[in-house]
Amino acid sequence: MNFPADLKYTKDHEWIRLEGGEAVVGITEFAQSELGDIVFVDIGTEGQEVDQHAVFGTVEAVKTVSDLFMPLKGTVLAVNPALADDPASVNKDPYGAGWMVRIKPADPSQVAGLMSADEYRAHVGH
Amino acid sequence: METQTELKSTRLRHVHEALGAKMVPFAGFLMPVQYSGVNDEHLAVRNGVGLFDVSHMGEFLVRGDGALDLIQRVTSNDASKLTVGKVQYSCLPNTTGGIVDDLLVYRMQHADDHHYLLVVNAGNIRKDWDWINDHNSFDARLEDISDRMGLLAVQGPKATATLQGLFTVDLAAMAYYTAQYAEMKGVGLVLISATGYTGAGGYEVYVPNDLLEKAWNAIMAAGAPHGIKPCGLAARDTLRLEMGFCLYGNDIDDSTSPLEAGLGWITKFTKEFTNSAALKAQKEAGVKRKLVGFELLDRGIPRHGHSVVDASGAVIGTVTSGTHSPSLQKPIGLAYVPAALAAPGSELLIDVRGKVLRARVVGLPFYKAPA
Repeated sequence: MNFPADLKYTKDHEWIRLEGGEAVVGITEFAQSELGDIVFVDIGTEGQEVDQHAVFGTVEAVKTVSDLFMPLKGTVLAVNPALADDPASVNKDPYGAGWMVRIKPADPSQVAGLMSADEYRAHVGH
Repeated sequence: METQTELKSTRLRHVHEALGAKMVPFAGFLMPVQYSGVNDEHLAVRNGVGLFDVSHMGEFLVRGDGALDLIQRVTSNDASKLTVGKVQYSCLPNTTGGIVDDLLVYRMQHADDHHYLLVVNAGNIRKDWDWINDHNSFDARLEDISDRMGLLAVQGPKATATLQGLFTVDLAAMAYYTAQYAEMKGVGLVLISATGYTGAGGYEVYVPNDLLEKAWNAIMAAGAPHGIKPCGLAARDTLRLEMGFCLYGNDIDDSTSPLEAGLGWITKFTKEFTNSAALKAQKEAGVKRKLVGFELLDRGIPRHGHSVVDASGAVIGTVTSGTHSPSLQKPIGLAYVPAALAAPGSELLIDVRGKVLRARVVGLPFYKAPA
């Protein structure tokens, strides 16, 4: 499985990409594979500040539903608008077209507590 | 001391794993839940053909002069209507108004002519076995053959084209809900049944475990020109739900009446059976709640256990099954609702994890095959 080295990861299977003072968040290839075909991404926290590890939305697959957890405390600046019409892009391109939210981290030092790609790979056993 | 129940697997576990299936525990078995993906497998069955290993299902033989009397006593449908080679959907009512299990009853070709096969849900094999034996005051001979019988479901509009080359009997001539023993080329003697749990047409093939892998491989090879795909339990569930077929443990259980569940058509008061007097009285009085199909009008996915609520937020019903329909591309579900809200077109409110979403009752099946 692909876990890009330039991303940071959580034990809950989110990835985060730091871009200047902002960051982009999505779910990992492992997460989308475990969920199966994703049919609905429900994120109602746009504009809100969400604590680290708190729920910022849910992702619905045909068979199951899973919460989405914030890797870092921060404000949700934007939700990926393409997910409304094409939630399956999370399956097809979890690190690209299937991104979930863009955030403004409140405390960038929290990044130190996240996993590297190698650590995450060991965590999921792939 | 805690005891751990060991998971069983079918004889095809290594075949599923080699095909890349995701394996999950289901009803005491380690079963393939998906291979290529639930949508892909689902659409293969709707438009082409898919192959399911459903060998976890249980099979009991009922034989002897008292066989029919026993079956009539424990099942709700009228098994006296079965001629040889016919199959009937039925259920085992309990004494408290609910359902022990739903099942298929086969009347088999056999010299002594008192020969039935009952096909039951994997998770209920032990419960059903005990239940039926406890009611066997008819000297019927019961045999549980679940551990030596495999079952493959070949489902979809191209199922006949897939299987015909493997049989000399004319499969297209088989009526729905009939079965016959037949020689499967290169495999051996099997029971082929024009039944299924998908609404897509096709067959279920009962194969002794020793022949199961040969049968699987023969069907996969015969289906290759038709684009056959191995299909898992996830697609089996979305396919049955699009048809409004009940799943035991979700939509029906020990506490749901067959009449509430829309199974009045297999509840025949032409004979006496377990709890028949109370069910007859319930039918005459009218049921207070009914299992209905609904579509969500708002965005979201209903799931088993979500509540149906009224405008004040009070719980008035329960969602028993829900998914995003791969064929219809919309959220659908089954729910028990008060009888006054059961007519198609009735508006419902569903509490989907804290959000109250609008829904509308629709007639079943959700999916109607193109003519």
